[in-house]
Amino acid sequence: MSGGVDSSVAAALLAEQGHDVIGLSMQLYPSTSSGQATSATERFGTCCTLDDLNDARRVASKIGFPHYIVNFERQFRDTVISNFVQEYASGRTPLPCAHCNSDLKFSTLLDRARGLGAEQVATGHYARVEQARGGRWLLKRSADPDKDQSYFLFSLTQDQLARAVFPVGGLTKPEVREQARRLGLVVADKPDSQEICFIPDGDYASFVERKEPAVARAGAIVDREGRELGTHGGVHRFTVGQRKGLGIASTIPLYVLRIDADAGTVTVGSRNALEQTRLTASGVNWISLDAPQSAVRVSAQIRHRHKPAAGSVIALADARAELIFDEGQPAITPGQAVVFYEGDTVVGGGWIE
Amino acid sequence: MQRVYLDHNATTPLLPAVIDRMMAVLREEFGNPSSVHHFGQQAKASLDEARTDVANLIGAEPSEVLFTSGGTEADNIAIRGAAEALEATGKRHLIASAIEHEAVLNTLKALAKRGWRTTLLPVGQSGIVSVDTLRNALTDDTAVVSVMHANNEIGTIQPIAELARAAHERGALFHTDAVQSAGKIPIGVKTLGVDMLSMSAHKFYGPKGVGALWIRRGLRVLPLLTGGRQERSRRAGTENVPGIVGMGVAARMAIAKMAEEGRRLAALRDRLEAGILRGVPGTAVNGSTEARVPNTTNISFDRVEAESLLIALDLEGVAVSTGSACSSGTLEPSHVLKAMGFNAHRAQNSIRFSLGAANTEAEVDRVIAVLPGIVEKLRSLTRAPARA
Repeated sequence: MSGGVDSSVAAALLAEQGHDVIGLSMQLYPSTSSGQATSATERFGTCCTLDDLNDARRVASKIGFPHYIVNFERQFRDTVISNFVQEYASGRTPLPCAHCNSDLKFSTLLDRARGLGAEQVATGHYARVEQARGGRWLLKRSADPDKDQSYFLFSLTQDQLARAVFPVGGLTKPEVREQARRLGLVVADKPDSQEICFIPDGDYASFVERKEPAVARAGAIVDREGRELGTHGGVHRFTVGQRKGLGIASTIPLYVLRIDADAGTVTVGSRNALEQTRLTASGVNWISLDAPQSAVRVSAQIRHRHKPAAGSVIALADARAELIFDEGQPAITPGQAVVFYEGDTVVGGGWIE
Repeated sequence: MQRVYLDHNATTPLLPAVIDRMMAVLREEFGNPSSVHHFGQQAKASLDEARTDVANLIGAEPSEVLFTSGGTEADNIAIRGAAEALEATGKRHLIASAIEHEAVLNTLKALAKRGWRTTLLPVGQSGIVSVDTLRNALTDDTAVVSVMHANNEIGTIQPIAELARAAHERGALFHTDAVQSAGKIPIGVKTLGVDMLSMSAHKFYGPKGVGALWIRRGLRVLPLLTGGRQERSRRAGTENVPGIVGMGVAARMAIAKMAEEGRRLAALRDRLEAGILRGVPGTAVNGSTEARVPNTTNISFDRVEAESLLIALDLEGVAVSTGSACSSGTLEPSHVLKAMGFNAHRAQNSIRFSLGAANTEAEVDRVIAVLPGIVEKLRSLTRAPARA
């Protein structure tokens, strides 16, 4: 329970349906009011601040189920934040929400909940879980295509899906707010959270530099032929497809094509050069089927806001996969997830290499 | 659900006699004790009666007792007020034990920002401050030494009389936070030899929002609140008469049954402690078992996070704590256990059980019965951390 409207309604709906609900909120960052010294640079978080935790508590109290705050600062730092920093330092563009789902919410939090006697963990995600005939658990898109979060949940295993409940997955956002009003929840009109929760000002580069000062290593910006066009202050400041902030005068718009963290170079080129048809992914998790040994037709999504595009995917050894798009896709970005869909159903997904 | 309350060091329920007397004051004795007329006199008389009862609890004179909004305010007046009064003499040093309540620790931190040097006295795994440690920390410009009488998390009783003597030998004042001992064990301010002593009503079956500070007669302590002449100008503002009256009744009741209740609670506590140590593998008592308040035990559970255990017990209807809940209700490693030299792990897997008036043998036995299963379940679901 983040204190937002989605998880609040999720919990309240389950309680209303007669489930024995225990409310848990994760404290993920040092609390500034706990008396512990917290420097200005460490004060982050748009979600799960003290006010948000209080909102969650008020919802639990209103509906009438117990509510507790669990302190996962260490686990969050060791999994989500550490991965985030390492990815940027390696010239990749991380997707912390997906890691948080599979490495924290449906692992550490799930274990904690089971220790308290809970059978399943429900969250306010906009996605649906269904069990297919034969017992396989399926992950599907939300009823609200605009809010769908299945992209961030692709790495949930069968065990994790079996214990996951998404009570608002069948609702649209306006319907969720309507439910919140009907239930008299204080959070009914609370704004949606934006950006990455632990970097509320959106300045990822500064955050990464504070955590890993060594990343601020100057390097060259080069064109596809290797000619130096300019310099930069660290590869972590770039993401594939980026156009702004390159600081290079050019007659045509230039985009980041590649980032080589070892060499410290950022390769730029024209919009056309950004399009690619092939990608490979690692850490692939197959959900609706076993790792396919022959090509399967899917529509694949390479970013949260990417319009899925048709292609064929085939499993490779070592939990990898290769995807060939029918048409070139702009800015295939290492570190982001590629998620394969068949209609509304998640076939699987992995991390773009 | 039948609930078992084992968190009396956090707060206690009001005694019926306290409620009755407070209700009478709330309903009928609304006067302002500073007023000259009948209504004021009536309120003033109630205040005086309570002051006598509270003074009796610590073997003091009523005129030396100053009512406050609670233990935290009492600690603040004692340390800030005495320190500021001594500032002109050139004293710039303050000492406290590392296991003090935040009311003391954060007051020292605040004064440190204003130029005071502060020293926190370490404690060993017994959880007891040694006199030699204090002697080594004292300097000629030490203004105030503050060491709690009984610790809130582990219940250990500090050798206050010896510590106070050592402080006085070097010309420093001595304050003790007796919030966790007042009403539980006999206290005599003369025997302890201290200069100031803090108390809180809600720790001994009185109401929240009221406490008291005893200040040795003749000692100059600057007020935090300025205004009217209430409390001999040491704490301005119209008195919380219902609360103070409640504290007085609670003090009187505590005196009357202290010896008997102390024996009863110690027996119950020992039964609980022995039952847990016997029934749950990987458990140990934190701190000295020799000098403790009778109602408290603090036990570490190997390979279980206290946070989970506390929640699991609450879901079973058993209310305990770790002793250091921060304002959000979430739990951080105990500063007391860390100061005692336990590693962060042990500091994070310890639970405080603090018993009180309503607890019975049957309740203790129920806790002993449910704990092994809960701990086993939590241990079975604890993964080794992915990365250290």
